[in-house]
Amino acid sequence: MIQKLVPQQALEADKRNWQKGHGDHPLDRFLKEGRIPHIWCSGCGIGIAFTAFVRALEKGQFDCDKTAVVSGIGCSGRAAGYLNLDTYHTTHGRAIPFATGLKLARPELKVVVFSGDGDLFAIGGNHIIHAARRNVDITVICINNFNYGMTGGQGGPTTPLEARTTTTPYGCAEHPFNLIYLAKAAGAVYVARWTVLHTYEMRDAMIEGMNKRGFSFIEIVSPCPTGYARRNKLGSTLDLMRFYRDNSYLAAELDPENTALPFKGRVAVGKFVDVEKPTFMDMWESCVVNKARK
Amino acid sequence: MTGRTRSGDLKLLTGTHFINGDEACAEGAVAAGCTFFAGYPITPATEVAERMALRLPQVDGVYIQMEDELASMAAIVGASCAGARAMTSTSGPGFSLMMENVGLAAMLEAPCVLVNIMRGGPSTGLPTLVGQQDVMQARWGSHGDYEVIALAPESPQEAFELTYEAFNVADRYRTPVMILSDEVVGHMTEKVTIPSAESLVPAARRGRKPLKRGFAPFLPGENEVPPMVFAGEGYHIHATGLTHDEYGYPLITPEAQERLVQRLVRKIRDHADEIVRTEELYTEDAEVIVVSYGCSARTTREVVEQARKRGMKVGMLRLITVWPFAEKRIRQLSGRVKAFVVAEINAGQIAYEVERCSEGRAKTVLAGFMGGRIFSPDELFPIVEEALS
Repeated sequence: MIQKLVPQQALEADKRNWQKGHGDHPLDRFLKEGRIPHIWCSGCGIGIAFTAFVRALEKGQFDCDKTAVVSGIGCSGRAAGYLNLDTYHTTHGRAIPFATGLKLARPELKVVVFSGDGDLFAIGGNHIIHAARRNVDITVICINNFNYGMTGGQGGPTTPLEARTTTTPYGCAEHPFNLIYLAKAAGAVYVARWTVLHTYEMRDAMIEGMNKRGFSFIEIVSPCPTGYARRNKLGSTLDLMRFYRDNSYLAAELDPENTALPFKGRVAVGKFVDVEKPTFMDMWESCVVNKARK
Repeated sequence: MTGRTRSGDLKLLTGTHFINGDEACAEGAVAAGCTFFAGYPITPATEVAERMALRLPQVDGVYIQMEDELASMAAIVGASCAGARAMTSTSGPGFSLMMENVGLAAMLEAPCVLVNIMRGGPSTGLPTLVGQQDVMQARWGSHGDYEVIALAPESPQEAFELTYEAFNVADRYRTPVMILSDEVVGHMTEKVTIPSAESLVPAARRGRKPLKRGFAPFLPGENEVPPMVFAGEGYHIHATGLTHDEYGYPLITPEAQERLVQRLVRKIRDHADEIVRTEELYTEDAEVIVVSYGCSARTTREVVEQARKRGMKVGMLRLITVWPFAEKRIRQLSGRVKAFVVAEINAGQIAYEVERCSEGRAKTVLAGFMGGRIFSPDELFPIVEEALS
């Protein structure tokens, strides 16, 4: 049976419901009406990183008409849908190539990829290193919660050795990526890491990354109380916040090679890379277009 | 040809050229206003990418070689959402990888053009030699239900024309459009006449007139196709690969699924009459009609002419639009012919469709060749002769 389309009036009525309470909070203008409540579990760190991003939009005075957010699949991938910007929720792992197309077709846009560690570094691993290599002018915010949350807590490319997940019931036997070291090696011009405890630092890193010309990468270490923390007996999010407070150390001068995140180990935070390099579009203009038009 | 004409118009190289089918695809795209190409080298489609790399910087476009075909397809969907006319090109193995984001393009209703210069498969198969084995993959390759449009050129001239047209069709129906060319047509060098701007159907206008923010971007307009707005225009739209409502917001319910997927299918299926194009030769009194497309149609044409010279009542139906399939025409013809012979370089793909649509009224005979070369008239002729008797 063919369903009839919903008439315009019904859609409008829907919208009036959404508007209830929208605007009560000063940051509501950065959220799409009717999109809250979000899907994240209580105690999840993604919401804190999301708020930091919204505060970055506010403090950094970014033009919301000219800022687009692209997400892949997963818990973090749902962030795009809540933002009152042009937002795209794409296929698993492909947020970065999608964002590359978006940015190159409309270079005046600020393009931010907001996604998770599995999406960006496992299925999308090839794309992130190549976008960094080309120095495409986008900002990638990676929520690293050490597991695949959306599907119930499986091991992934950042799961530390020995850590338990549903697919590493005896402990993870694979070496994880160090995202900071990887991003630097691939050519990112701005690389920073903060935990969700560091709300202001996180916000300021996002502003800095978005203002940086070229490929900027920000890793946010985040608790997943439902999946990763529970199976590894790491306690509640509050316990993990205390852990971040006691065990994170500022390591701005630290070689990215020494910033790995061992199981239950200390967390190196700070800005690790901030260098200048021509972007993809800079090189396209100077190296290609100038000659092609001669 | 370096891409400059006497008039200085770099976008439309009006005049006569001697180029291959791959290059003709690229010229058709540039003429249509394509300003974004993302691709990955693969034989026998590389010449499309090479020509786009040469031509796009001349016309304010951007060419990017991606890390693989997954990324190439994702990038053109992104560029399409930003308002660019966007294209990629590939062949069999790359076509398989692109399927993931063909589904995304169908779901986001992002118009884009995907050129597939078909080679022999499966797997790595025959990188340098012809096949027509991706016809069903073009139609069903990505998971889930959706419809696509696919056009099959039989010559470099037609490769130019169909690629040009593909962009207009893609915009009109907000759907990925495929050019199902093949190694023979792609690597064949022939005369290609690029017409003047006045004699081309003008490029359809992309986007819509400004509306107030908060409108429903997936509320269908004319022909069940929602008008499209782009990133950066201030509408703050959300587009998702999840099943969504008319606002573009995820809605994971059977009702939303029914409404959305029905529309994605119907916007093409119900307008097949406007989309489908065929060429017919001697079909008025034919007793046997050879159905063919792409390079296979070139051999078919020769066979049909030879048969007519001998007084045999043979005709040809050439599919210019492979998808949607020319169902209606096959149904009509099946009532008055003895048999259809389907000549294609695969183990029988369009033959299935012909058999389905003729519903037993006419016999369907497959003249299927596994590829590596285009079949000769001597091979096809006896099959047609037998079908006639």
